[in-house]
Amino acid sequence: MVLHDFFFYILAAIILGGGILTITRRNAVHSAIFLVMTLIGVAGLFLHLQAEFLAAVQVFLYVGGITVLFLFVIMLVNLDEAAKQRQFNRQWGLALGCVLLLVAEVGYFLYQGRDSFSFAESSGVLLQNNTQAIAMSLYGDYLLPFEIASLLLLVAIIGAVVMAKKQI
Amino acid sequence: MPDKTFLDTNEIVINMGPQHPSTHGVLRVILKLDGEKVLGTECIIGYLHRGVEKIAENRTYTMFNPYVDRMDYVAAVSNGLGYCEAVEKLLNVQAPPRAQYVRTILTELNRISSHLLWLGTHALDIGAITPLFYTFREREEVLKIFEAYCGARLTTHAFRIGGLQYETYDGFEEQVKAFCNIFPAKLGEYEALLTGNRIWLGRTKGVGVLNTAEAIDLGVTGPVLRASGLKWDIRKAQPYAAYEEFDFDIPVGENGDTFDRYVVRMEEMRQSLRIIEQAVGRIPEGPVMAKVPKIIKPPAGEVYHSIEAPKGELGYFVVSDGSTQPYRVRIRPPSFVNLQALDRMVRGHLVADVVAIIGTIDIVLGEVDR
Amino acid sequence: MAELLATIESYLQLPYVLPTLYIVIIIAVFPLIAGYIVLLERKVMADIQARLGPMRVGPHGLLQPLADAVKLLLKEDLIPAKADWLLFWLAPVISVVAALVAFSVVPFSDWFFITDTNIGLLFILSISSVGILGIILGGWSSNSSYPLLGALRSTAQMVSYEVALGFAIIGGLMVAGTLSMQEIVRAQQEQHVWFIFYQPLAFCIYAVAAMAETNRSPFDMPEAESEIVAGYHTEYSGFRFSLYFLAEYTNIVIVSSIAITLFLGGWLRPFPNVEWLDFLNYCPAVAMLAIAAMSFLGAVREKRWMEQVGMGGLGAVFALLGLLFLLPPVLTAVQGLFWFLLKVFLIVYGFIWIRFTFPRYRYDQLMKLGWHWLIPLAIANIIVTGIVMVLL
Repeated sequence: MVLHDFFFYILAAIILGGGILTITRRNAVHSAIFLVMTLIGVAGLFLHLQAEFLAAVQVFLYVGGITVLFLFVIMLVNLDEAAKQRQFNRQWGLALGCVLLLVAEVGYFLYQGRDSFSFAESSGVLLQNNTQAIAMSLYGDYLLPFEIASLLLLVAIIGAVVMAKKQI
Repeated sequence: MPDKTFLDTNEIVINMGPQHPSTHGVLRVILKLDGEKVLGTECIIGYLHRGVEKIAENRTYTMFNPYVDRMDYVAAVSNGLGYCEAVEKLLNVQAPPRAQYVRTILTELNRISSHLLWLGTHALDIGAITPLFYTFREREEVLKIFEAYCGARLTTHAFRIGGLQYETYDGFEEQVKAFCNIFPAKLGEYEALLTGNRIWLGRTKGVGVLNTAEAIDLGVTGPVLRASGLKWDIRKAQPYAAYEEFDFDIPVGENGDTFDRYVVRMEEMRQSLRIIEQAVGRIPEGPVMAKVPKIIKPPAGEVYHSIEAPKGELGYFVVSDGSTQPYRVRIRPPSFVNLQALDRMVRGHLVADVVAIIGTIDIVLGEVDR
Repeated sequence: MAELLATIESYLQLPYVLPTLYIVIIIAVFPLIAGYIVLLERKVMADIQARLGPMRVGPHGLLQPLADAVKLLLKEDLIPAKADWLLFWLAPVISVVAALVAFSVVPFSDWFFITDTNIGLLFILSISSVGILGIILGGWSSNSSYPLLGALRSTAQMVSYEVALGFAIIGGLMVAGTLSMQEIVRAQQEQHVWFIFYQPLAFCIYAVAAMAETNRSPFDMPEAESEIVAGYHTEYSGFRFSLYFLAEYTNIVIVSSIAITLFLGGWLRPFPNVEWLDFLNYCPAVAMLAIAAMSFLGAVREKRWMEQVGMGGLGAVFALLGLLFLLPPVLTAVQGLFWFLLKVFLIVYGFIWIRFTFPRYRYDQLMKLGWHWLIPLAIANIIVTGIVMVLL
């Protein structure tokens, strides 16, 4: 189980480090690369929990699709101008204070109730065919929410096209 | 002017050339791009300028003759023909009929070799790599004929003022005939690779359209003009050499797009072959050189003579002050004039079309810059 | 001795040992294979274009890949002055790693594969989608116009064709009913048919989309030489450039492998269930002996003694291999590998053939083809397949 924990902490470090670097880099392309790092770390966590399907989809959609589109836009944007702008506005100190307070609060309650819940743990046995399992729940048990979500996405796509294209 | 924000997308300015795989030499084109769309172009020429016209003023008429080969170096024979005929006009001599026939044959062979080079590079620009090797294979046959005739393959210096320096070699007619026999099948081969190909059609149809009026306004000549629908060919309009005696058609396009220019040039190669086939069987006997004095000293005066070079109208304006050297030679190169249609043709198209259009204009920078 | 063997065997049965061994083999051998694919490409190109191709290094240019590799390694490694050096360094690495990692689930034969997961195909797709990042970053970090244009083109192209590719693969998956690469091959054995016959349309769409995904002509816009010089790797030189080269050829092998696994029966021989065609099992040996015979014939024709020895030696190696393959256990072992590699070879040959026959599409035409034709057709294919499967 040592190996198990070891991988978890490595992945957690990758995710957190990537996340912090994503918001602190001045160069937008570098931010995108650290975002990729974070996303791959998350995919690693999915693998760690033996959810291979989710891991593959995470990489395929987020890294291969969405970040690539981010980069596509970033490349067209005038980066030199962007680098000159202030990265953080004046309320950052206040925001940091609020966040620390919140962390302390949540941490306190977690500590108080530490016996009443347990962290997610890998079952240890291979979840065979988890592609099928996901398909079954998506298209069987949760068909209606799934379809509603897809309809929402469709509406969003159409809206985006209408907004982007001034005359059709 | 609105403030520049970081959301402004960049208008990319690309410097294409003078070292670029498909500017056919040292043409430099500055492209203003919105994404891949061309907003405007600026042609910068002169990287190959050698002052050919000025050189003419310091050389005798005979000495200047080889220099014209270096302008359109893929059609050196045509250049030489134009110059020799211009000076002959000034001297008021006529080359003997045998010389006229051989000149016609060699010039038409040269047209074929020039068009073959154009076809290969044009296809290469559009991404078809293989036709280049096929066209060079046939061009080699033409160059072998030149080499056997005058010892040079590219800058031939084939003609002299007043006719030809050399009699044709033994087996000249047979070699030309052999070429005429194999060439139609090879033309079919190129067409099989390109003409019906959907990608080729997509890349050439409707690209770089130049209508008749625009073509005339821009002074465009040659296949580019004919593809735009005007039936203008100096071989028919003001016949020179022996063209009057042969039967041939002038192919004309309809839409003035890149595909039409392709079709016109392909058909021109067939027509050239027709001329050669007619000429080669009946080269008249006789001398190949007219009576021209050893030292050429034309009477004072001026003359303009133009011929239909492979790329368009090639004109020589020669002014003589009665001495052994021309007072002024002005050359009207077809590539230079045709090149100015580039901006009109590429505007609004994509980067990929720019190379297709540069290819379809068929420029040789040696001639543009002189 | 017996003890030693027993120890080795016990080590081999550990779960991580064999896969690690295979990984080492693939990573060590594949660059060489990629080099020979390049040689094959140059030779086929030369044949199509009525010339000879590389002939100088070794007999018939057979050592050319090694010479090229040495040349690339010794070249000066330039980084443009204003380039983003970190990303410039990282980009080719991403490309190569993504391409090579995809090999981990490719089923070369029934025993030669690194691993077999129940998301095999999806894994390859997702990993190769990471490879796009290498191209984009390479183009952007060079801080130069042509690479940037190349990167923009390749992003748009690969993202759009990935959709068509994915839909085409779904068509095949519906018939196979599994994502595991080994299971897909076995399904074809059980159903007694290659899936190309169930899904011809999906195969065609896959072939076109795969050509676009790997930036092969007629879809080689990201590196269209006559337009944008060399596209995204214009500023790369030496070893980094060779990494991109390696990634490109690896990707070609990967997409061919997917096509073979999903549509062309994987490592199965043609008609694996027809018994009277069992003589086909001797094909590996026959092929090796045929190559040996041709090498000997070539050796006789060579003029210089060095090349005669070279060709003769090559012939001897292949003859030995052929004789070795005649031993029944060896024959069974190489059976799958032979058919798989033969199919890869044929598909790569097809890729090369197409490259040197067609002109190049224009960027907008490419997009039109992808979005107006391939994607709707692929979706229609999925719907029809679904209806047919429900009805039957």
